Amino acid sequence: MLHIKCPHCGMRSQNEFSYGGDASVKRPELNKEISDQDWDNFVYNRKSLRGKHLELWQHISGCRQWIKVERDTATHEIFKTMTANEDNL
Amino acid sequence: MHDDNALFSEFGIDLWRRMSQDLNYNVMFSPRGIINLAHSDAQMNTFARRGNSMRLNGIDAELLNREQVREIIPMADFSENVRFPIFGGLMQPSAGTARHDAVAWGYARQADSMGVDIIQNCEVTGFDIANGKINGVRTSRGDIKVKKIGLCVAGSTNILAEKLNMTLPVETHLLQACVSEPVKPVLDRVVTFGAGHFYISQSDKGEMVMGGDLDGYNSYAQRGNLPTLQHVLTEGIAMMPFLSKLKMLRTWGGIMDMSMDGSPIIDKTHIEGLYLNCGWCYGGFKATPASGWTFAHTIAQDRVHELNAGYSLNRFNTGHLLDEKGLGTKTWIS
Repeated sequence: MLHIKCPHCGMRSQNEFSYGGDASVKRPELNKEISDQDWDNFVYNRKSLRGKHLELWQHISGCRQWIKVERDTATHEIFKTMTANEDNL
Repeated sequence: MHDDNALFSEFGIDLWRRMSQDLNYNVMFSPRGIINLAHSDAQMNTFARRGNSMRLNGIDAELLNREQVREIIPMADFSENVRFPIFGGLMQPSAGTARHDAVAWGYARQADSMGVDIIQNCEVTGFDIANGKINGVRTSRGDIKVKKIGLCVAGSTNILAEKLNMTLPVETHLLQACVSEPVKPVLDRVVTFGAGHFYISQSDKGEMVMGGDLDGYNSYAQRGNLPTLQHVLTEGIAMMPFLSKLKMLRTWGGIMDMSMDGSPIIDKTHIEGLYLNCGWCYGGFKATPASGWTFAHTIAQDRVHELNAGYSLNRFNTGHLLDEKGLGTKTWIS
């Protein structure tokens, strides 16, 4: 069981959260010429790192806010949590 | 339901049927049939369509009504007041199980006797690439010069891809399975729950073999987390209430490549001499012989076979996805 510290609600169990994937992926800017490769990278291609991984979670059974979590994908250690609009580290 | 997947799997089933003879090793292949349960009229319609598409490809499939399912698996919950009543099911009579260890041992022994060197406890630490061509692989026990490399390392694909400066349409996730204490023969089919993700069969030793959803977040942990197991077994008990009386014997977790459309990749890469076989999601075991056969063809001939032509690496770029369940990308994000 993961324990995730929601920046709004405090420490809660994993059951209250829903996973949202890699948070380091950036959507290509609108109103600009976007190459197929850029879309590919945004929609499909993932590094899926072993070790520190910045990811999105949604506190669906709590404040319903999206948050960012920095977690080790091998040990499940959580280093840091932050609101979704905070800059990456 | 895509022809690419259907024909590939059917080719694989033919190889499964002769595997024990081919490998001279009893892999305990048991084509006992699988029943996917349906819990609504809409799901029955979907299964009818799925069954029809299978039959159009020459694969056996039977749509069963509630009473026909009850005859085959009377231990399932057929009471009226359940949350997910059983409306019927889709059965593929020729599907089945095999002993996974025996398959691995059989392949290893036969490969070894044909002159293949199997080097254990040896980690790949890097690759030698020059002018877009693969020249060698660096390992924790020394360098090996090569002309061709077949990269087939489910669960570690992303780690090795990073060493090749490749980013793949694959994420690494954790899947759990579990077995109960052995009981007398009660279930002679494989059954899946249609209102969630749960499968069950009974091993020759009598253990109930069960599993279901991924843990749901990127993981290399190789051990499971309890909330998912609880969720999966809740589905199991909803389907077959007697399971609640059983004690759990073992649970385990393994990491796997989740591809973005749920179908695998068997293809050449932009690096000459490097071939990729990954993205098997939950379904790698059933594909073992067909995967190996087409991958060997791709490596030896330096071109894909028509059976794995659909499993191209660039299909995500060109839009020729094999989205088998019609769920779109990243199906593990619910």
